[in-house]
Amino acid sequence: MPFIANTDADRQKMLDTVGVKSVEELFSDIPAAHRFPQLGLDRALSEMEVMRELESMAAKNASASNSAWFLGAGAYNHFIPAAVGMLATRGEFLSAYTPYQPEVSQGTLQAIFEYQSMAGQLLGMDAVNASHYDGSTALAEAILMAYNQSASRHRILIPAALHPEYKDVLRTYFEAFEVELVEYQGLPQDGLKMLDDQTACLVASYPDFEGRIQQLAGVADAVHAAGALFIVHADPVMLGLFKSPGELGADIVTAEGQSLGNAMNYGGPFLGMMGVTQKLVRKMPGRLVGQTVDGKGRRGFVLTLSAREQHIRREKAVSNICSNQGLVMLMTTIHLELLGKHGLKKVAELCWNKSHYAAEQINKVGGYKVAEGQFFKEFVVKTPRPAAEIAEKLERRGIVPGLPLSRYYKDRTHELLVCVTEMNTKAQIDLLAQALAEVGV
Amino acid sequence: MNLQPEKLAYELSSPGRIGVVLPECDVPVTALPKDMLRDNLPLPEMDELTVVRHFTRLSQKNFSIDTHYYPLGSCTMKYNPKINEATAALPGWRNTHPLVGAEFSQGAIELMFRLQKELNLIGGFVAGSLQPAAGAQGELAGVLMIRAAQVARGQSQRTKMIVPDSAHGTNPATCTMAGMSVVQLTSDADGAIDLEALKAACDDTVAGIMITNPSTIGVFERNMKEIADIVHAAGGLVYGDGANMNAIAGIVRPGDLGIDVMHYNLHKTFSTPHGGGGPGVGYVGAAPSLAEFLPGPIAVQENGKYLMRMPKQSIGRLKAFYGNFAVLVRAYTYVRMLGEGGLRKMSENAVLNANYLKARLEKTYPVKYPRRCMHEFVAMGNIAEGVHTLDIAKRLIDYGFHPPTIYFPLIVPEALMIEPTETENLETLDAFADAMLKIAEEAKTNPQLLHDAPHDTPVGRLDEVGAARNPVLCYRS
Repeated sequence: MPFIANTDADRQKMLDTVGVKSVEELFSDIPAAHRFPQLGLDRALSEMEVMRELESMAAKNASASNSAWFLGAGAYNHFIPAAVGMLATRGEFLSAYTPYQPEVSQGTLQAIFEYQSMAGQLLGMDAVNASHYDGSTALAEAILMAYNQSASRHRILIPAALHPEYKDVLRTYFEAFEVELVEYQGLPQDGLKMLDDQTACLVASYPDFEGRIQQLAGVADAVHAAGALFIVHADPVMLGLFKSPGELGADIVTAEGQSLGNAMNYGGPFLGMMGVTQKLVRKMPGRLVGQTVDGKGRRGFVLTLSAREQHIRREKAVSNICSNQGLVMLMTTIHLELLGKHGLKKVAELCWNKSHYAAEQINKVGGYKVAEGQFFKEFVVKTPRPAAEIAEKLERRGIVPGLPLSRYYKDRTHELLVCVTEMNTKAQIDLLAQALAEVGV
Repeated sequence: MNLQPEKLAYELSSPGRIGVVLPECDVPVTALPKDMLRDNLPLPEMDELTVVRHFTRLSQKNFSIDTHYYPLGSCTMKYNPKINEATAALPGWRNTHPLVGAEFSQGAIELMFRLQKELNLIGGFVAGSLQPAAGAQGELAGVLMIRAAQVARGQSQRTKMIVPDSAHGTNPATCTMAGMSVVQLTSDADGAIDLEALKAACDDTVAGIMITNPSTIGVFERNMKEIADIVHAAGGLVYGDGANMNAIAGIVRPGDLGIDVMHYNLHKTFSTPHGGGGPGVGYVGAAPSLAEFLPGPIAVQENGKYLMRMPKQSIGRLKAFYGNFAVLVRAYTYVRMLGEGGLRKMSENAVLNANYLKARLEKTYPVKYPRRCMHEFVAMGNIAEGVHTLDIAKRLIDYGFHPPTIYFPLIVPEALMIEPTETENLETLDAFADAMLKIAEEAKTNPQLLHDAPHDTPVGRLDEVGAARNPVLCYRS
């Protein structure tokens, strides 16, 4: 039997010690009529067979490792140094539990502390927690935090151009509450007009779903003047180059951290990042690691401020989160240390230059028109034929050109969201422009 | 274990060092909007070898399943097969994208479809969703489903959930997140659900019950069917918390016992690694009463093609895309390798190992509810004057064992919750039991040894009060 060491002789010895005749007897509390049912599972496979089966299933998927890949929209193809996976999959990290026993978990705890330190700098926030499930649930919990600040404030202003699946997640999370989700069109500045004394927070997406970057200067002051909180959902790669949300006055920052050291993995596991100002630390959900000392004065790290959490506070906890994205966060920690100060900036610059080059090339192709305005890494292209049709044709040629917006917006049939990262070579970009020209006519 | 102090990354940093060389820009440069740029990005500067040694040394400061026995109650710290890592790392999974379209991700959707099917069969459910990213999110899904179903029945006044006092903290916290209030049910003298108290609590404001079976004291709720009948008769629905599925997978289908919706943790029973805190998956399975309310989208098969579909009355999405997919690959690998026979053997050996350890320890460490246990049991650590469970836990570290879960469940004073799992061999179980018995002697003869434990770790007991009073949550030079 795989992964079980007990032999029949071992089992007999154990049964004798327990004082029962058979293993079945141990299950006598379970109603006899329902004990040991036939389940009808598929036949067991050996390791060799299961590898073969999974290899053949995996091969049916389009993969960025053998295509020219321009699809982003919330899951990004970025470079991951080999050392990230090699280190993170060491058994001592991989097969450890949540570090509840700090004396034998200093490895995990110190890594989390380093993550909190670096992510704090990147987001520009005083405190960052040890992860949420993904960017969307981090944002949902950030909004719940703002909502719970005051009994009378139930309006939440979100950008119309927030990722459509994030909006879905917000609706699920707020279904049971008297939350009024209000979308503003255009810039966060336009959202300011909708602030009132019942507004709990204004959310900005930096950049938004269509890649547009907005000037956030001045927004925070206006939001604060109305007594609300300013929440920014950011792309952490962009923050390698651009002003941090903290610098722009955000109270809570959330981000999808997948771009920092984690593969696309068909959409998960990802990394929900959340940072807050000092004022909000004790209202923040999720685990936090703090620095302290032992009896001999040696530096050590522990889970801290747990009075916020479910295992202590139960129904009064700020969130029900328990298991998080620990290993994903570890990969991001290693990734950030390898890239360092210069590397992350360089990645952001490559994304900037390559995406602008791509936009320029595509704009030159007859029938295609790139949306105007500042963007980072992603931009919308108006297409001469339905974008879904173009995408399918190109995918058959090994080019994944982006996301047809009709996937989320029925009426936006002739628009494609194109993403260009440091992974795309000039040759791939030229190939994309050429292929678009060929299928556009 | 590596006992040497390890500097923080920022302390290892030196200006000008780089860990990764990126390619030169092969396209013309576009001017940046200067007023929007940051002045400084204070990340460390390290070369690759320094980073590699840093994390290798940090890893050596951890106990883990791969290095130490880890009988952590309620957490099912079973061996995480290496094949899981190999299958999950295949480029066809790692480098594919959730929005590439069904036609170009047939393999990924097929894997989810097959895993859903196996998990549904194991639980006796008609449908299931792989969306929830963890057990707590599975719980949230379940309670939101119950809420939605009650609203659909015109019963929106049902806003209370019954939760036993033995439950995990996530249960009541989940109710709050789902906009429900909690009615706590006091356990009976056996640590089981008190049927009379349950009947009294079931009025027309009750939406349902959250029940963990096997319960957190490690015993099977014998009256499960009756409990479900009482709740159903009163118009409520039954949520099963599958934290302890490792005792009953292949032994009994929860769906046969009246459970309407249940989550199980693929990072426990289905062998995917805990990763120092996650990621997990909290699959939710549903009976016909709630199947249409499942979170989605879920994988379906139509005309030989695999597609992602939203159930008709779905509570919606719980996260972007389809769940922690790479974890699903690992769980599927495991289920396929076990098959039906292996699954039953898994639970049988988990339960046998637990009963064996209980038999070896219960005379020394009293078990408050001394019934036959399932995959874990809860002993008590106040075995000598002035000695507490915490002391025993810390002393175990000196013997090279990760401590059991301590001070949970809350209904057992000085709780030591021990879950051996099925993947440990008899020699390991015996060595653990021997250490526990030796510690019990030390508790009487030399209690100071326990109070000062652990002795051979990178740090000793840490000042947790100080950490919370003046939180230092990040490095500052």
